Amino acid sequence: MIFGAILAGGVGSRMNIADRPKQFLQLGDKPIIVHTLEKFLLCSRLDKVYVGVHPNWLLHMQDLLDKYVPDQKDMVVIVPGGGDRNNTIMNIADKIEEDFGASDDHIIVTHDSVRPFVTMRIIEENIDGALQYGAVDTVIEATDTIVVSEDGKVITEIPNRKKMFQGQTPQSFNLKMLKELYHDLSEEEKDILTDACKICVVRDKPVHLVRGEVSNLKITTISDYKIAQAMIGGNAIG
Amino acid sequence: MVNYVYQLVSPHVFSLEYEDVDFTKEVVIRPRYLAVCHADQRYYQGQRDAAVLRKKLPMALIHECCGEVIRDCTGTFQRGQKVVLIPNVPGNDDEMIYENYARGSRFLSSGSDGFMREFVNLPPDRVVPYEGIEEPIASISEFVSVGVHAATRLSLLAHSRRESIGIWGDGSLAYVVACVVRRMFPQAKVSVIGKSAAKLSSFTFVHNTYMADMLPDGFSVDHALECAGGEGSYYAIDDIITYIRPQGTVMLMGVSENKVPIRTRDILEKGLTMVGSSRSGRADFEKAVELMEDKKFQSRLRYIVYEDQPVRSIRDIQRVFETDMATPFKTSFRWEL
Repeated sequence: MIFGAILAGGVGSRMNIADRPKQFLQLGDKPIIVHTLEKFLLCSRLDKVYVGVHPNWLLHMQDLLDKYVPDQKDMVVIVPGGGDRNNTIMNIADKIEEDFGASDDHIIVTHDSVRPFVTMRIIEENIDGALQYGAVDTVIEATDTIVVSEDGKVITEIPNRKKMFQGQTPQSFNLKMLKELYHDLSEEEKDILTDACKICVVRDKPVHLVRGEVSNLKITTISDYKIAQAMIGGNAIG
Repeated sequence: MVNYVYQLVSPHVFSLEYEDVDFTKEVVIRPRYLAVCHADQRYYQGQRDAAVLRKKLPMALIHECCGEVIRDCTGTFQRGQKVVLIPNVPGNDDEMIYENYARGSRFLSSGSDGFMREFVNLPPDRVVPYEGIEEPIASISEFVSVGVHAATRLSLLAHSRRESIGIWGDGSLAYVVACVVRRMFPQAKVSVIGKSAAKLSSFTFVHNTYMADMLPDGFSVDHALECAGGEGSYYAIDDIITYIRPQGTVMLMGVSENKVPIRTRDILEKGLTMVGSSRSGRADFEKAVELMEDKKFQSRLRYIVYEDQPVRSIRDIQRVFETDMATPFKTSFRWEL
């Protein structure tokens, strides 16, 4: 079976513009996370969409489902998020296995709740890639030169830009493989993971690339938020 | 939800538009296969009048499309059901006038966004279900429905002697019209008159094909359909007026950007009826789907549908239009954006 996993576990805001996590801010006439969820709900290949939400915001998320997608509530399962991104993914993985049993064939399409501009092509290519290769990451070619600095003061290295990509989401995996790799990691290794693909990379499991879109932006800062509002022709609130 | 719309902003140039759409009403469809029409190609190539381009662009092109129902809040269709999309948006309700010609009607891909969108939402009466038609073939349903519309109106308007029907033109419109006319006028002897021997050779299912400059002495038809369009309109209409018998009905179907001089004296002398026929309505779509669900009819159409590689980027959209320029008939492609 194929599952969506929308990650909305965070509570922190780098935006300083609101008293709520950024995924719950309005974009146009509905919250960012609802836009993201609606796109996933239109993917007919997904059997269920799980949403990982910080425990303090579970009720709010349930209210949003009641308000915005009342007729598709049965397609969505809300799961309490963990301490970090990968913990949230593992909570969702456990819930999937609780609901549907473990299987060698389950696919999980993980996605940032604050990337509402994801396209159906990207979602479908993630599913195809995860089925074929077991692990895929969505990326775009880097446009800015990437500079490496070990101490934050002096350039250590400037890698060849042609080999540089910027990671987006979705990131999609064979669920069983991802769980096994994750539980094989030491606590020190888990601490340095910033995203789920790295679980595979540190264990030498190949992760194939899916072409993302520049427009599939992550709404993290106030400027991202203003850009996103402008993209859909609205005004930023804040 | 944020929906992606792929708009032509100026000839050869596409851009992305994001629209915040309420998908909790109507029928939500994921376009699966699209087909290119000459009308789209004229926008893409910038062959329309500059004032028209200024007025209508940016706009998503393509009005020939089949897709899959993703959700339907009206309860008319099942999730996953295969459907063809009707690009005509009816205007003022007028019993005397076909929905496709009524004042106030709109056409998606001529003034409003066409089907080059991630998702399309339509009222249920703009969606026609189908079964057993290959998707690349189903994508040209609108094109077939235009042929059905013309044949239907011909049968309503023409006098009852229908022993011979002439079709002028040898492109995809003439081909589809010939297929439809053979079905809807099974007793009539159908002749196709064109300029390309190679194209005419594909009309294996009609009674006669002729090169336009080699029509036999004494050749005549009861009624005619003009499917040439463009620069060929003048010659086709002129020939039709020459070869049609008195009081025949002429269906004008080819689009011409320029004014076409016609011999009104001979139209008057023969008492001809000239009928404009371009767009189709729901009833025509339903009839088209019924015809296309017949395997033999479908096989004939396959001959004029070239399936290009899937479209996954804006560059691919441009490729499809370039391919279409280089292929003699229809270009269809899987839409994966």
